[in-house]
Amino acid sequence: MSGPNVLEVRGLSARIAGQEVVHDVSFEVPAAGVTAVLGRNGVGKTSTLRAVLGLVERSGEVLLDGVRVDGERTDRIVRRGVGYVPEDREVFAGLTVAENLRLAHRAGPGGTTAEHRALVDALFPDLATRAAQRAGTLSGGQQQMVSLARALLNDNRILLVDEPTKGLAPRIVGEVAEALAAAARTVPILLVEQNLQVVERLADRVVVIDAGRVVHTGPARDLLDDADLLQRLLGVHAETEAAR
Amino acid sequence: MSTLILLLATGLGLGGLYFLVASGLSLIYGLMGVLNFAHGSFLTLGAFVGLAAGNLVGAGTWGGLLLGLVVGALTGAAAATATELGLIRPLYDRHIEQVLVTVGLSLATVALFEGIWGPNPRNVTRPGWLASTTDVLGARVPNTAFLNVLAGAVVLGGIVAFLRYTRYGLIIRAGVENRAMVTALGIDVRRAFTLVFAVGGAAAGLGGVLATQSLNYVSPHMGASLLIFAFIVTVIGGMGSLTGAAVASVVVAVLQQLANFYLNNTGDLIVVLLLALVLLVRPSGLLGRPA
Amino acid sequence: MNRTRTLLGALGTLVLLACLPLLALPVPGVLPGYTYEPGSLQLLALCWLTAALALSYHLLFGLAGLMSFGHALYFAAGTYGLAIVLDRTDVPLLPAAALVLVGGIALAFVVGAVSLRVTGISFAMVTLAFAQAGNVLVRRDQGDLTGGEEGLALATAGVPDALVGVVNTRNLYWLALAVLVLVYLVVLWIERSRAGHMAAAVRENEVRVRIIGGRPYLTKLVVFVLAASLATVVGMAYLLLQSGASPATSTADFTLTLLVMVVLGGVGSRWGAVVGAVLYTVLDQRLAELAHSDAVAGLPAVLRIPLSEPMFLLGTCFILVVIFLPGGLAGAAERLAARRRPVPEGAAA
Repeated sequence: MSGPNVLEVRGLSARIAGQEVVHDVSFEVPAAGVTAVLGRNGVGKTSTLRAVLGLVERSGEVLLDGVRVDGERTDRIVRRGVGYVPEDREVFAGLTVAENLRLAHRAGPGGTTAEHRALVDALFPDLATRAAQRAGTLSGGQQQMVSLARALLNDNRILLVDEPTKGLAPRIVGEVAEALAAAARTVPILLVEQNLQVVERLADRVVVIDAGRVVHTGPARDLLDDADLLQRLLGVHAETEAAR
Repeated sequence: MSTLILLLATGLGLGGLYFLVASGLSLIYGLMGVLNFAHGSFLTLGAFVGLAAGNLVGAGTWGGLLLGLVVGALTGAAAATATELGLIRPLYDRHIEQVLVTVGLSLATVALFEGIWGPNPRNVTRPGWLASTTDVLGARVPNTAFLNVLAGAVVLGGIVAFLRYTRYGLIIRAGVENRAMVTALGIDVRRAFTLVFAVGGAAAGLGGVLATQSLNYVSPHMGASLLIFAFIVTVIGGMGSLTGAAVASVVVAVLQQLANFYLNNTGDLIVVLLLALVLLVRPSGLLGRPA
Repeated sequence: MNRTRTLLGALGTLVLLACLPLLALPVPGVLPGYTYEPGSLQLLALCWLTAALALSYHLLFGLAGLMSFGHALYFAAGTYGLAIVLDRTDVPLLPAAALVLVGGIALAFVVGAVSLRVTGISFAMVTLAFAQAGNVLVRRDQGDLTGGEEGLALATAGVPDALVGVVNTRNLYWLALAVLVLVYLVVLWIERSRAGHMAAAVRENEVRVRIIGGRPYLTKLVVFVLAASLATVVGMAYLLLQSGASPATSTADFTLTLLVMVVLGGVGSRWGAVVGAVLYTVLDQRLAELAHSDAVAGLPAVLRIPLSEPMFLLGTCFILVVIFLPGGLAGAAERLAARRRPVPEGAAA
């Protein structure tokens, strides 16, 4: 059943404060490349990621490498090799950069390795120089680096990355996309992203969600090349979006 | 002048006691969102068991007191750990139920202590030095004040060092900020829960034995009366802030002493007024993060 | 149909309860004697007043989700307020009661306005602190006003003769029952009113209420003051029933026992609050008697000590209910009824 998919989601629903915000969502993430989750604001993309991790009340099946994990606690799921880069970074503001990274270190198989450290050092040289700085005093872009680095430190099976370019300056957006492209060569990524340029650059496949349901899946190219489909599913004009 | 020094010194001593109770409350609340009503019972139990252990060595001896302090802290830690594992953990993340369970536990345990040790306060025998005073610039300061300040400072330093230099300390600091994100980094934060309960219980148990030396008695109700001021201290300092608890402990206790002397025994009322004032000006407490 | 039947049932029960002082029913194990005897009536009246007080707490905790640890303050304001006015002035009972009620409302307004600036656990602690201040004042006995630890006996000069003395226990019983019915109806009315619906909405989601233009702070303050004034009323009746005010009713523990009753009965359920309070009061009395019985005295210490502490048994019961019986007795009754009733197929549609 697992086949080439690292993550399979079947009939996943999520509830927040008793209200269902994700309804019966199903999709797969192949063992390589970037799968982008698209959709308008507030359609349940973030909740879908959080439901996969068990951070919100959920029902349905989540399979990691063909194994059901939907009954497990968040920390167990993460230790099975799921790296999470949340929306709004969620760095620990009162902790230093070094402490933020130290907290993410995991021992044992699937944990932190020398290669992963080297990758993080190579991608984010800034972090080493700012090791003693409190994460709360960093710029948005730097905080995003910390958040990405926390996920990239470990030998994960998959990364869940939620709106990594949100609110960042255009130059920083490019840097973050660069880092994600480098990461994608070593680990499959499930990416929530609003910036279609970034999607175009990184994504191989797309899953489009509307009102808490999957309304489209397929190769990224097919969607991005189809202006009508883009307009209908996401309410954007490809031209204006590309011009940004 | 000497009166003022005396009041400041006794206030600092009382502040040390408040901090021993409030530090645990604040840590537990900060990390877990649980208001622990049973914290006073950890203190009382620590006091009774600690004193009993000390009496085996010799009532009123330094060896006995030292053993009593160690045993009191261990008893508090054990009681707190058992409470977390047995009553708090099964109700994971149901904060109201968790508070209710600690309420039930406090009611039940105080009654049980009354049954075992009788409802009335019993006098304790202190080492001679602790029962006397030391002259500081003309003020005759009770020696227990020095002991309490020392204990409060040691516990504050110990907890700060623990939080700063250990992996669990790191997890606790991160968990106070954002617990969900800690679990999303693959960390089982529940072990940290048990640990803060144990640390808080140890501080309370230690505080219990120390309180018997200052009060010169031990009673099933001593925990409850200290707990209420510890609650006030925790709110004034900012729920979840350890430094806030330390500052507020001293401020509240000193103010209480001053008001008791200069304002016709109104210390308890002044403290409540201070609480109201702080809430009006800064609802999140002195050093709390704005909600 | 169903509603009429419920109403009739409630009326029938009420009539029966009102007639108890005229009947000679033995209720072994619950009442100390026949229902008409003063001892029984006293216990029953205490049950009704406690139930009324629990209902006022239900308004706070069950309806508005406000976990106050200081509700005892307003109850004590009623008992001590009335006791002091009757003791120190020549004002007759009814005007004195009105005066105390106004005082209780003013007190609740000030304390509520400050406490409600914070929410959740902080709110609980702040209300606790204010109630503690009240307790300190009562115990301090400033100017011989409150009688300190001894409490304050009811000065009967201004009280109608029909409400004084053991011979008139049944009048006090009727008074207590009337207070319960009154409080129940007021609580019912509040719950069904616009403010009540708003309070429930605030409990569920304060942010949403603010978004749709509601004012959570004001709503909570209104409920807080209403619940406190009901507690003051119950407190005044309690003074008459017990012929005195006792400092124990101003303690934090007293509020905690209210919380215990409401949770035992089932948070959010009016009947739950009533049943929880009655059950608690009866158990408290019966367990105290058990504690002094020969059967317990003969037991080894390991059993004797826990069994001779009613509060230990009640506290333990409470913990078990919280862990194993979510929704309390009302929740359990509902589940039982749902199981017994066959699923009405198509009935819902």
